[in-house]
Amino acid sequence: MSTAKPNPKVIVTTRGESYELATADREAIEHAMHHYDDARAASIDALKIVQARHGWVPDGAISAIGAVLGIPGSDVDGVATFYNRIYRQPVGRHVISLCDSIACHLTGYDELAAAFRQKLGIQFGQTTADGRFTLLPICCLGNCDKGPTLLIDEDTHGPVEISQISALLEQYT
Amino acid sequence: MSAETKPLTWRLEANQGRPLLDIRAYEALEGYAGLRKAIAMPPADVQRIVKDSNLRGRGGAGFPTGVKWSLIPMGPDSGPKYLVCNADEMEPGTFKDRMLMEKLPHQLVEAMVLSAYAIQSNKGYIFLRGEYYLAAERLNKAIDEARAANLVGKNILGSGWDFELYVHTGAGRYICGEETALINSLEGRRANPRSKPPFPQIAGLWGRPTIVNNVETLINIPAIILRGAEWFKGLSQGKSPDSGTKLYGASGLVKKPGLWELPIGSTGAEIMELAGGMKDGLTLKAWLPGGASTDFLLPEHLNLAMDYDTIMKAGSRMGTGLIMVVANNQSMLAAVRNLEQFFATESCGWCTPCRDGLPWSVKLLQALERGEGKEGDIQVLEQLTRFLGPGKTFCAHAPGAMEPLQSALKYFRAEFEAGIAAEKIAVQA
Repeated sequence: MSTAKPNPKVIVTTRGESYELATADREAIEHAMHHYDDARAASIDALKIVQARHGWVPDGAISAIGAVLGIPGSDVDGVATFYNRIYRQPVGRHVISLCDSIACHLTGYDELAAAFRQKLGIQFGQTTADGRFTLLPICCLGNCDKGPTLLIDEDTHGPVEISQISALLEQYT
Repeated sequence: MSAETKPLTWRLEANQGRPLLDIRAYEALEGYAGLRKAIAMPPADVQRIVKDSNLRGRGGAGFPTGVKWSLIPMGPDSGPKYLVCNADEMEPGTFKDRMLMEKLPHQLVEAMVLSAYAIQSNKGYIFLRGEYYLAAERLNKAIDEARAANLVGKNILGSGWDFELYVHTGAGRYICGEETALINSLEGRRANPRSKPPFPQIAGLWGRPTIVNNVETLINIPAIILRGAEWFKGLSQGKSPDSGTKLYGASGLVKKPGLWELPIGSTGAEIMELAGGMKDGLTLKAWLPGGASTDFLLPEHLNLAMDYDTIMKAGSRMGTGLIMVVANNQSMLAAVRNLEQFFATESCGWCTPCRDGLPWSVKLLQALERGEGKEGDIQVLEQLTRFLGPGKTFCAHAPGAMEPLQSALKYFRAEFEAGIAAEKIAVQA
């Protein structure tokens, strides 16, 4: 029996995981590349496109993105690991990012963070057992007149009172 | 309360505070009139008006915009050049650019197109922080509307000049606000700062001449072209040798945190009055005039003009001009520890003093906060303010981090000393 011809679109990582970019994702990356004079500049766009599909960026996608952009996968991972809004491990269905910068520190971050940890039963960097929420810190969200403030997925909330946490979380199932 | 006195926000007032998102509504309020006027002039004349206006960078550094522009090579052989808007607003305590972009997206688009014309750039990027989802949506819609009206794209308004404008969204990291780190990030690299010189005006994005201006800086420019340099200079009403107005703000435990457009050189006291003063039962202990990377000032400094030179003379920096207050019942030690934690987390790790020095300062401050500080810890902190100061690091990140620390040590030393563990007691126990 002859072995199948290797598909150049399928990336096999050193850990043996294979990954193929979805057609729509590949097209979206190629579209983003046209905004720049050098394809590398679409690295962050490409990582966000893949992350929008999986919630995070799996290992195999790193090399697959590199292949589309014409740069080494190690360069793509260098970018992926530098920026804190790109996740290189799975996260929950909803990501809660609590602002821990000075304006929120001065308006009640410590108490709010403690309440969130207790309510969710997790520490920062962890995901709830049901896979619903991941809790992360984030620096100043530029919403300082409404501190303490936080981001859930793409929604900014503030000022957030401890008594509102349950109602807030119910909006994200 | 009009276009004559509030070039940044008058349209919002005219629209009862509601966001002005539609191009027709924007054009009905003098929208794109500055661009139409500029495009009928030679680019050099547009540059000269901006230089004469003495507009200074509103991102925090206060560098004269016209001078920055004048370093860009001009002429038919000058090749590709780029205009980049620094919309990576992440200086703690700063929320002005978010408001401008969410509520007046067309004003930024007009400012970008006009400014690109002045430096004869054919491509521009708005480097927007990734967390500003609403701003991204509204800016993209505004660009699409402007393109449909021939205000972006090919042969703009029949001038024969082309300009494409894109929104580039980031993915976090404070260091992206540093202009050379921003350029690296835009190119799809890790956001480590670059060595200067060469400055971006000579070799920036993809090695080509590049201008990086802040959102608030750019948004002033259409009105400057429309009404003239002399009008802009008069906006400060004699309160400051600087020109124009400024979006000032206040956060922390004040009664009404917010943003206000005032003549540049208005005082901290005027800003605090608009903020309704401290919350009931609290008094002001200290304040940061314009972000995490500015030195603390005391209540007595509230009567100073909030402009670049006056605040500099008082030992701090105006920075972004959005003040943060510390109340009498809040710990300076905890505030400084929070600030240094932020800077340590956000260090890009490129140079040693910053990468290692900032976490060291955090450890010392945490020990002091727990009352477990050792004799000599305060001296080490003071040493760090020198070793991480200007000229000792690759970029301004660590020197900025040392500003609140050095000023807190100067004004509130007793709080630090109280964190030194009493060794004699420990021995007896």
